[in-house]
Amino acid sequence: MKIRANLLIGGFLLATVVIAGTLAPWLAHTDPVMDADLLYAEEPPGAAFWFGTDAQGRDIYSRVLYGARISLTVGIISQLINTVIGVCLGVSAGYWGGWWDDFVSGLTNMMLAIPSLIFALAIMAILNPGLTSLLIALGLTNWSFTCRLARASTLSLKSQGYVQAAKVLGYSDVRIMLTQLLPNMLGPIIVIGTLGMGGAVLAEAALSFLGLGIRPPFPSWGSMLSDARDQITTAPWISIFPGLAIFVTVLGLNLLGDGLRDILDPQSRSRRA
Amino acid sequence: MTGQALLEVEGLRIDLSVNGRRYPAVQDVSFSIRRGETFGLVGESGCGKSITALALIGLLRNPLSIGGGSIRFHGQELLDLSPGGMRKLRGSRISMIFQEPMTALNPLSPVGRQIAEMFVLHKGANWREAERQAVEALARVRVPAPERRVKDYPHQLSGGMRQRVMIAMALACGPDLLLADEPTTALDVTVQAEILDLIQELSAAQGTAVLMISHDLGLIANMCQNVGVMYAGRLIEQRAADSIFLTPRHPYTQGLVASLPLLGARSKFGRKKLKEIEGVVPPVVAFPPGCRFNPRCHAATDLCRAEDPVVTPLPESGLVRCHYHD
Repeated sequence: MKIRANLLIGGFLLATVVIAGTLAPWLAHTDPVMDADLLYAEEPPGAAFWFGTDAQGRDIYSRVLYGARISLTVGIISQLINTVIGVCLGVSAGYWGGWWDDFVSGLTNMMLAIPSLIFALAIMAILNPGLTSLLIALGLTNWSFTCRLARASTLSLKSQGYVQAAKVLGYSDVRIMLTQLLPNMLGPIIVIGTLGMGGAVLAEAALSFLGLGIRPPFPSWGSMLSDARDQITTAPWISIFPGLAIFVTVLGLNLLGDGLRDILDPQSRSRRA
Repeated sequence: MTGQALLEVEGLRIDLSVNGRRYPAVQDVSFSIRRGETFGLVGESGCGKSITALALIGLLRNPLSIGGGSIRFHGQELLDLSPGGMRKLRGSRISMIFQEPMTALNPLSPVGRQIAEMFVLHKGANWREAERQAVEALARVRVPAPERRVKDYPHQLSGGMRQRVMIAMALACGPDLLLADEPTTALDVTVQAEILDLIQELSAAQGTAVLMISHDLGLIANMCQNVGVMYAGRLIEQRAADSIFLTPRHPYTQGLVASLPLLGARSKFGRKKLKEIEGVVPPVVAFPPGCRFNPRCHAATDLCRAEDPVVTPLPESGLVRCHYHD
């Protein structure tokens, strides 16, 4: 199979971010929180500070590296929570139908009607800011697309011969969902999940920017941007580098999602062929 | 007559709900199958054969539901069984194979694993043991090189091979009853014969009774000991296979037998058109009054149009539902 450019570039960008995040303790020049030195505040990028320093004199390069950990953790885990919720609700609703389907569909439509960032904001306002609350807030607010997709796939797969045959041969409902339905809809679910991860990274940045995500002084790209607001004209590098990091991560995830769709979705494959 | 009844269906009624009204899609269907017997159910599309089979296995779905009657399996009333109890029977004691082998297997799972799952599901075997038994099961349905084939995915197999895999799955746990809903309709004629032989041979070896559903009279005549002919949701004639085709009593059965194409008939008797039964099966919501076959019957009288005939035993054994059966 021909490997597509978007898959390759997306994979490369994401791999860079993953490696940067994992190896941050070795790649970083300084401790991202403790090594503040006001003597070197707002240094422009140079040989000593590759990305410059912020108002507290902390090395932005090191902080961006550590920020990747937060962004990826939030992106991956919250999207995993979303996918599990969405698949469970969608598959069971599509398979069982009846009042449960009405209930789940109603809930999904409601979730789609409320902007998920506003919803996450509300949850964050109730919980205390921090990583766990971020995961909960973002993990509970973005499952509606996955749910709709899982439900629609279930409805179309349900009438397939092999699902009927499994029923006739004594498979339980849960076994049918796990062995017959889920594997056959996994492709599109993975695509939506990858694209959703980009959304979650952005949402984390937005919440942290608004001061409801990761609390300073811990480095999150969103909170770094927020801190840099006042110096955006005098020391633009303080905002440029975390902004670039967000851009690269989300672009990588979206390209990867598109590339996976080309491979996994037979319809778009035949369109391009 | 040997052996006791394995399955007894009595007065089965299946309702079709349309806009809150219930119409009998299947009515007064009674038959019984002995251990090891092959019973044929014949009829046109839409006469209720397949939904009868689904009712036996407890899988009728909206808008269809059981409206009455009884289904006894090993003397146990299936209609009283809980959904969980019914599920335990499916695949282990009662199995079913379908018309379309092309779609009846999970495309993402190797066929060996799909067969093995039956042993895990119903016999509590571990996967390792089950995979070994899957190879044996494939060998039994005469798939060549079974130890290599178990790793194949369904798309790598032909239609006939897939139907063999389906049969292997259905018979894996040695069921007492196999429901075969037009098992060969989608296959080539030559493959058909092999598959039918296989079903016959394996069911005989395991003592499995078979309910063979088909619109193909020739197939039914070859395979079955007893035959029930269905029309518009009712059994209209039920007799031993050899006699029903020689001396059909119901005008509909007579029509079916007459419409069989005879090989060589054309050359012997000159140009001859195939006989047909004019008209179509009436829809469930609009069954005619009186005998349901009367609008298409060449011998229908006022009695047929006014009064529903009852099931009458024939002098030579068998049952028929016609006012003028003799």
